[in-house]
Amino acid sequence: MSEPKFNNSLVRWIDHRLPVFTFMHHEMHEYPTPKNLNYWWNFGSLAGIVLVIMIMSGIVLAMHYTAHVDHAFQSVERIMRDVNYGWLVRYIHANGASFFFIVVYIHIFRGLYYGSYKAPRELLWMLGVVILVLMMATAFMGYVLPWGQMSFWGATVITNLFSAIPLVGESIVTLLWGGFSVDNPTLNRFYALHYLLPFVIVGVVVLHIVALHRFGSNNPLGIDVRGNQDTISFHPYYTVKDAFGLGVFLVLLSAVVFFLPNSMGHPDNYIPANPMVTPAHIVPEWYFLPFYAILRAIPDKLFGVLAMFAAIGVLFILPWLDRSPVRSATFRPIYKVMFWVFLFDCVVLTWLGAKPAEGIYVLLSRLFTAYYFFHFLILLPVLSIFETPRALPRSIGKPILEGGGGAMAAAPAAPREKL
Amino acid sequence: MIVSKLIRVTLFASLCIFFLTPSASVKAAGGVAVPAQEWSFNGVFGTFDRGELQRGFHVYKEVCAGCHSLNYIAFRNLVDLGFNEEEIKVIAKEYEVEDGPNNDGEMFTRTAMPSDVWPAPFPNDNAARAGNNGALPPDLSLMVDARVGGADYLYALLSGYHDAPEGQKVGDGMYYNAFYPGNQIAMPSPLSADGVEYGDGTKATINQQARDVSAFLAWATEPNMEERKRMGVKVLIFLLVMTGLFYVSKRRIWADVH
Amino acid sequence: MADTNEGTTRRDFIHVASATAGALGVACVAWPFIDQMNPAADTLALSTTEFDVSGVEEGMSVTIVWRGKPVFVRHRTEKEINEANAVKLDELPDPQIDSDRTTKPEMLVLLGVCTHLGCVPLGQSSTDPKGEWGGWFCPCHGSHYDTSGRIRKGPAPTNLAVPPYKYISDSVIKIG
Repeated sequence: MSEPKFNNSLVRWIDHRLPVFTFMHHEMHEYPTPKNLNYWWNFGSLAGIVLVIMIMSGIVLAMHYTAHVDHAFQSVERIMRDVNYGWLVRYIHANGASFFFIVVYIHIFRGLYYGSYKAPRELLWMLGVVILVLMMATAFMGYVLPWGQMSFWGATVITNLFSAIPLVGESIVTLLWGGFSVDNPTLNRFYALHYLLPFVIVGVVVLHIVALHRFGSNNPLGIDVRGNQDTISFHPYYTVKDAFGLGVFLVLLSAVVFFLPNSMGHPDNYIPANPMVTPAHIVPEWYFLPFYAILRAIPDKLFGVLAMFAAIGVLFILPWLDRSPVRSATFRPIYKVMFWVFLFDCVVLTWLGAKPAEGIYVLLSRLFTAYYFFHFLILLPVLSIFETPRALPRSIGKPILEGGGGAMAAAPAAPREKL
Repeated sequence: MIVSKLIRVTLFASLCIFFLTPSASVKAAGGVAVPAQEWSFNGVFGTFDRGELQRGFHVYKEVCAGCHSLNYIAFRNLVDLGFNEEEIKVIAKEYEVEDGPNNDGEMFTRTAMPSDVWPAPFPNDNAARAGNNGALPPDLSLMVDARVGGADYLYALLSGYHDAPEGQKVGDGMYYNAFYPGNQIAMPSPLSADGVEYGDGTKATINQQARDVSAFLAWATEPNMEERKRMGVKVLIFLLVMTGLFYVSKRRIWADVH
Repeated sequence: MADTNEGTTRRDFIHVASATAGALGVACVAWPFIDQMNPAADTLALSTTEFDVSGVEEGMSVTIVWRGKPVFVRHRTEKEINEANAVKLDELPDPQIDSDRTTKPEMLVLLGVCTHLGCVPLGQSSTDPKGEWGGWFCPCHGSHYDTSGRIRKGPAPTNLAVPPYKYISDSVIKIG
């Protein structure tokens, strides 16, 4: 690796002592990126940018927010009404959280489709799952802060999950609360942790990127890069592509922030918290709904909670459940179909999580929960043995199919192949 | 090819948003469909109708304020309704607020100033319950965001008092309302025809009052809605241009990748 | 040849336009994030204070709060007023005649914030040190103010400020 030449003498002076410019040059110009990445690869860097947006808007809100049960709701309303542009910053933060999950969920499903979790990227994948868990904890505690009805009852229900643990459950819940119910000490610690965790996420994101740059990005063909003819430099190719994707994202985010700012929230959270009255339908934020559906599908408290945590936990061992050496679903005719079935399963679970736990919804929740685990625990290991993958191209630069390239890999499955 | 991919991405994202948006205006918590109303503040370019807001404010002041607080609205906010500073001072002077303690350590009452929030009818929730047959009249400053159906629901509720249908039992001190969850509400029909007299000569039918006060509460819920929408239009136009430029740049830079 | 040049220029123009749009966007977003730190609407609404000065006896001082800062109201004695008027202007670091600093000569209204680095000077209570000129003394860095609140000695660069106020009746002043 040759030292990059910098023209500016000040840059040279600094770089000699603190090689930040060499580092940037390396990451931007020398770090080889597969040239066939499609738009689904935009969501990783996009998630990073959304994290920055969330931290910046969050710090602004923290300047005006008061973490006390008597003042929290009022201080949020003061942000909305009196603080200059406070409404804008709060709407960005509240809707940004939802968009963060949309972006990250797409990022995860991209990884599932193209087998990005497979060797040698297992740790990269697992760090990603850690980020997801941290995001969920952060989002949950952030939702408690406005101290509306949904904040309070969401906090009560979710912390009570831990009471399912045998023997020590009740003590753990009391510990989490700092009292005998969700109250001021709970709000204070949630605020402290809500401020802390995003920076922990930043730390894990750094590790995620370090792990990524060890072997570079996976790509739609799922085959390793063979040499320079397969790669391009990150800058300007992917910086401009990411900038364009960011533009599209900002258009969508702005449309919601400015014209449907409360569409992803629940009206009950505009009612101040009342520990004496539970709202008729309590629903978590949409991004928790699939897990909430799994929780309610099991008619046993302990096993329901375990199933819910297992639904995330199973992602950690995914690299060892799917043993197929072929990464991309493009070359796995059966997996490709099963991927879409699994996505459908998750969408239905999300829908079921918002429905009351009664009648047909209970049965459906159980079926779709069962399928969720069937997909990971049985289908993927079995497929790894019995599925016959299609022929892989020799290299990214020369796909085996004429006129192929990256584009075809992005097409959603039109499962014309006979299974 | 790239364009079609882009369309797919956009479609997918908008589907996500559509799917996750609760269909708010269709059904209120009561399970009864709330008819959608035409509001001047609906839509991307929607603005408040100042006349409607002033009439609604009048209804709130004369009717609702007897039981319902408006904790997040200060007299100074009335400037949004088209009142000027002098008019606001005159309105504020009609009210007394508690202040203190003074140098002797006593709380005292003084006439309200524009910076004061709207004085609540009851000193605390328990007093409000005691004065209202055990039911707590909720604060109205966030009503439109705090109820499924928003202004449509408030209008339906306020104009929707009818005799209970055959066979429907209504509890003591309760009133039948088709749009209220459980159909029994502790608030008697608050509006009566010509119960208030509008300064602008509008005929004060029940529907007119219900409509005006719902619009007023929509404003009270989000006084800076107009600013939000105005800014939103500008931001979106800018972002679309910027994204368009990014797209052209991207196409040019990628033109030599084969 | 000409063709290539034209292509290059147009290409550059697009990239410059993109980068400019991006930079402009960031700049526009920065403003709300900065402006949110300015006083909020409810804070600004509270920026006037009314005070009835009739309760302040001659020789007494009262401290009231305006915009979260102390305002000194001193009912000066004849002697104090005469002292303030007797000073020659060229002896003052920040020359100002006493009558320019009051609406009614006996009632001195000052912002009780030292013009050096913002401490509250002593001198309001009868037991406080009042400095060498019988006005106020700032203990932080030793600034002496006279009975008109003018700086006489010490590091403070200017006189104690007179807040904007007016009499809205014979005895009530409105500050701000």
